[in-house]
Amino acid sequence: MAARSQMAMSLAFHIIFAVIGVALPLMMIVAEAQWLRTGDRVYRVLARRWAKGAAILFAVGAVSGTVLSFELGLLWPGFMKFAGSIIGMPFSLEGFAFFTEAIFLGIYLYGWDRISPRAHWLAGLMVAVSGAASGWLVVLANAWMNTPVGFTMVDGHVTDVDPIRAMASPAGLAEALHMTLASYAATGLLAAGVHAYWLLRDKADAFHRRGLAIALAVGGVAAVLQPISGDYAAKVVARTQVAKLAAMEGQFQTGRRAPLRIGGIPDVKAGATRFAIEIPAVLSWMAYGDANAEVVGLDDIRPEDRPDVRVVHPAFQIMVGCGMAMMGVSLWGAWLAWRRRRVPDARWFLRAVLLTSPMGMIAIEAGWTVTEVGRQPWVIQGILRTSEAVTPVGGLWGSMLAYTGLYLFLGAVVVRLLLAQFRAGPSAEEMEAGS
Amino acid sequence: MTPESTLAAIMLAALTLYALFGGADYGGGAWDLLASGPRGRAQRDLIAHAIGPVWEANHVWLILVVVILFTGFPPAFSAVMTNLHLPISLMLVGIVLRGSAFTFRAHDPSPGSERRWNHRFSIPSAITPVLLGSIVGAIATGRVEGPGGASAWLTPFPIAVGLLTLSLFAYLAAVYLTVEADDPALADDFRARAIAAWLASAALAAAVYGLARSEAPLIARGLDASPWGFPVRVATAVLAAAVLAALVGRRFVLARAGAMVQVALVILGCGLALNPYLVPPGRTIANSASPPITLKLMLGALGAGSIVLFPSLFCLWRVFKSRAIVRPKP
Repeated sequence: MAARSQMAMSLAFHIIFAVIGVALPLMMIVAEAQWLRTGDRVYRVLARRWAKGAAILFAVGAVSGTVLSFELGLLWPGFMKFAGSIIGMPFSLEGFAFFTEAIFLGIYLYGWDRISPRAHWLAGLMVAVSGAASGWLVVLANAWMNTPVGFTMVDGHVTDVDPIRAMASPAGLAEALHMTLASYAATGLLAAGVHAYWLLRDKADAFHRRGLAIALAVGGVAAVLQPISGDYAAKVVARTQVAKLAAMEGQFQTGRRAPLRIGGIPDVKAGATRFAIEIPAVLSWMAYGDANAEVVGLDDIRPEDRPDVRVVHPAFQIMVGCGMAMMGVSLWGAWLAWRRRRVPDARWFLRAVLLTSPMGMIAIEAGWTVTEVGRQPWVIQGILRTSEAVTPVGGLWGSMLAYTGLYLFLGAVVVRLLLAQFRAGPSAEEMEAGS
Repeated sequence: MTPESTLAAIMLAALTLYALFGGADYGGGAWDLLASGPRGRAQRDLIAHAIGPVWEANHVWLILVVVILFTGFPPAFSAVMTNLHLPISLMLVGIVLRGSAFTFRAHDPSPGSERRWNHRFSIPSAITPVLLGSIVGAIATGRVEGPGGASAWLTPFPIAVGLLTLSLFAYLAAVYLTVEADDPALADDFRARAIAAWLASAALAAAVYGLARSEAPLIARGLDASPWGFPVRVATAVLAAAVLAALVGRRFVLARAGAMVQVALVILGCGLALNPYLVPPGRTIANSASPPITLKLMLGALGAGSIVLFPSLFCLWRVFKSRAIVRPKP
């Protein structure tokens, strides 16, 4: 349990940094491209500020990612012994993507006045591309844990290993696409919220207007596309992990014309989800494309193989709810921008942006809860139980508490530094600095 | 060469590159802690300036080592991570604190923040290499999988290896900084430090060598038995003497090249001594290797990755270290 808590906490911490590290570089190079195209120096200041934010987050993301790569072995030696040879591939490729990202981020951050603007922009592009690639690869490894393929089990031993097939596991595309879009949506709208906050105080601020426009564009497009990828991901889960689907939807009884439940509290003793709004047959239709399709309920899954529906169902509802709100705000913003042909700055809209800004990160944490807790009690679906993978080392609660304390401290510092970055508009010297 | 020994050789090479580049960043942090004299402030600035753009890229070598170990040799990885849980966890805390404090120091605009972050950067910089070395030393004793293996890193041999690691990292950093310093007086500060670290490293290397006979007999015999053991030891000693002469004569660019080769040879010697084991006495390169298909794909991935990696690293050094690469000796 301590091992799971420590892993969950480390992941929950790392993922926020990783996500912003994937998406912020894209926003930063859009801003820089706008500067190169229009010569408007405010864009340059914006790119520099976002780049500084990216630097802080990337550094913490890099070191917390290092911790995770060790924790795979420190906490789950049984898992790594079993799976290392099968899913090492995406991790080694990720190593190179991470290398590329670190190298070009170094060039981008410290090279403003050392290389030509075009070369500098290209360095930024490399950061954005390799960041997305490394996130994609890591998620592929997780997808394999959900839908393990590419090996054969003979008497408890692994043979016929095929790392390429393991990388292209059935859940791979669905999970990686969903996660990548989530990064852009969550980061874009989070940054939009910060800029909206300052615009609510001074509507004319050119720095924050431009920041809001780019952040909304990046985050909004991803937020609108996200439900489509989510629908696809859910269909894959329905096909490959019936127990997870049942837990996500709070489905206890197996049956046709299964309803889609919105909200509700799963009552395990009674074997029903209470207080939910039920839309008949929609779950069967969404999961299998047929309103009459049968959806397996938790009651038909062996008790020792059931995930904890009391966690998975609410987490899934939170994720979907946040995602819908983000899509709504994005569509509203697009409509305002299209009608007025300028940055949407209506007060009510800015307030809504501010309100939705943390939702992307909440949705990401909830989504990971769904995929990880929904897979329990397995660490590799149907193959290896979490209890068989955990380290025999004792005293893990101590290490769990130490890391939690460390991460809380770092998180607090990062938030303070980032807010300081964006508090003020550009100063005169920033506008003139450099070439 | 079999695929598994090729992969093990690449892992050793990645560890060497981590020591030469990432190690020097730790060494820089240790000198930050010891910055003193009339140019203390300038010393700190030079260190920060030298590390800033490159430390994250240098750090990735360690991740590469870990990834090769868990993909290519999963049982050895599990054995190390289970038995050396505590020192590895402590080392990770050091890595996290060092990296984040360095970045925070660079980006914290609040007054007095620099002082606050200095120690959180420099103290972990000095402690982490000791832990890293003691982990390697503990593996070398051949006791980590036996009874009391979890505390094997707290015996004299691993601790001596840990101190030697710190001393070598500090030595590399000081030698590099003599080249990167603009001001001759500042270069001389680091010249004195480089010579001090040279002497400390020599003493610690002798201690490690002496302890190895009784504390890590398998490894000591491995080095004697290897046909390369003797030439590598002689070459290391000759280079060490040459670097000292170059430092005394202020031929810093030459000293830097020599110091890099010297440290690489030390690590090569360790690798030769450990061969054919990964975690002695039970786990060898051959018996903990993944299936051949994984090893071959891994080698392919490493080859393909290098095509992206090395030109990118070249760009990085061109942009930030070009002056240091081509600058004539002062």
